[in-house]
Amino acid sequence: MGYKILLIATLTVLWLTLSGYFDKPLLLSLGVLSVFISIGVAWRMRILDNESVPYLRMFALLPYWGWLAIEIVKSSITISAVILRPDMVLTPRLIRVKTLPQSSFGRTLFANSITLTPGTVSIDIDDDEIIVHTLIKEMTAREDFAEMARRCAKAVGERHVSF
Amino acid sequence: MSEWLPDLELIRHIIAGSMMFTGAVFMLIGSLGVLRLPDFYARIHAAGITDTLATILLLGGMMVSSGFTQTTAKLALVGVFLFLTSPTATHAVANAAHKAGIKPRLGTIKSPHPRDIKED
Repeated sequence: MGYKILLIATLTVLWLTLSGYFDKPLLLSLGVLSVFISIGVAWRMRILDNESVPYLRMFALLPYWGWLAIEIVKSSITISAVILRPDMVLTPRLIRVKTLPQSSFGRTLFANSITLTPGTVSIDIDDDEIIVHTLIKEMTAREDFAEMARRCAKAVGERHVSF
Repeated sequence: MSEWLPDLELIRHIIAGSMMFTGAVFMLIGSLGVLRLPDFYARIHAAGITDTLATILLLGGMMVSSGFTQTTAKLALVGVFLFLTSPTATHAVANAAHKAGIKPRLGTIKSPHPRDIKED
């Protein structure tokens, strides 16, 4: 029930943001109708759970996203410098990175964060290891991945002491 | 208003313009990387710059330039959706290449300086 109300609220806000109509009765009632059709379909598909309605989690992720944005800026500048050098030197590697988060949501977040950071792309997941392709060997540092994994685990509410 | 106060509107437009310009420069660098880098996996990294930093800067610049309006809210939504979908798409492409058996070039790859290349 909680997820249903949360989804109704989110879809309503989304509809109002995208349309911007507040005073057209016909369009508003069509909007309400479309929200309820969406809820009905989601309910019949039985996907109204924490995975498909992750909006409360998103707020917990905000500090993590801020940290990730800074990391993206730093590595974008590094990779841009590599690309712009006339005599380009690349040292591509395939490495295996241990994931710290155990839940599928946390692992997805970790793998996506690796991909979002320019210079590292997650290629495959193998048990609790992610195969990562890196463009230059300066980006293979274990500690950097370990810190990202730790922050991911913290952002999704998993706390581990060891790594 | 007093004369010596800085024109906030002007400052806002300067910030917006410089953000969009920097974003456009990073788009250019990313495209250049896609052309210059040697193999498929390396090119993904260059495309990653256009996906992330360039997009942040372009969307941010547009948000600053439109101020507190509905357009800004829409742009923020576009940003959120891009940040959720683009790594997934990149991973899907990279994973498909990996599954199809495309081997990345590893080791050290050096390309000579253009002035050292002798044209025949």
